[in-house]
Amino acid sequence: MVEKEKMTLILFSGEMDKVLAAFNIALGGATSGMDVTIFFTFWGLNVIKRNEGSIKSKGIMRNMLNFMNRGGSKRLPLSKFHMMGMGKSMMLGLMKDINFPQVDELMRTAKELGVKFMACTTTMGMMGIGKDAFITEVDSYAGVATYVAEARRSSINLFI
Amino acid sequence: MKSDITIDCIGLYCPMPIVNTTRQMKNMQPGQVLEVVADDEGIKLDMPNWAKMTGNEFLGIEETGGKYHVFVRKA
Repeated sequence: MVEKEKMTLILFSGEMDKVLAAFNIALGGATSGMDVTIFFTFWGLNVIKRNEGSIKSKGIMRNMLNFMNRGGSKRLPLSKFHMMGMGKSMMLGLMKDINFPQVDELMRTAKELGVKFMACTTTMGMMGIGKDAFITEVDSYAGVATYVAEARRSSINLFI
Repeated sequence: MKSDITIDCIGLYCPMPIVNTTRQMKNMQPGQVLEVVADDEGIKLDMPNWAKMTGNEFLGIEETGGKYHVFVRKA
């Protein structure tokens, strides 16, 4: 069997606008018949955190960080004009105007089309969060070697 | 142009018309023609490029009153 063309995205950002762009590109790859992998690292991990319940971590510093950085696809701020959520509400209104899907719907569509989600274990260790912090759609937990192994065979590779 | 199946993508923007095309194509037989009706101009270049990448045959576009009727044959 011929190996499919690959696309790899590093999603470093956890802001809604950048995440929308990342998933738009991922869907473009998947609908064009490419194997797409998104490697979620640093703030990007917020995208794949559960929306429900609380997320446990160890120690005061990590608890503080996780309190301020709760994450979840419904909680992502805008990178510009967030204005404590006011700008984001307005942006969601504009998106609704043009029937543009929100992040969680784009994520469901990505999974439907076979996009793979990979979470960075180094960031998880640093932030003190475990696999139970994430949605069940995450396919694998790995580090840079696994990312490089995927990326070196990719014709499209982006850092967002 | 005649089509076997038509999908309505009026009011949708990139990437949704292409996502819906991909979904619909999975349920079609080779040789069948899909008609996508859209009003986002992006479809004029997106569909021929998508067809080229996926090996499906782009048949053409009919433009009427701000609506694009795009025809693709499943390979």
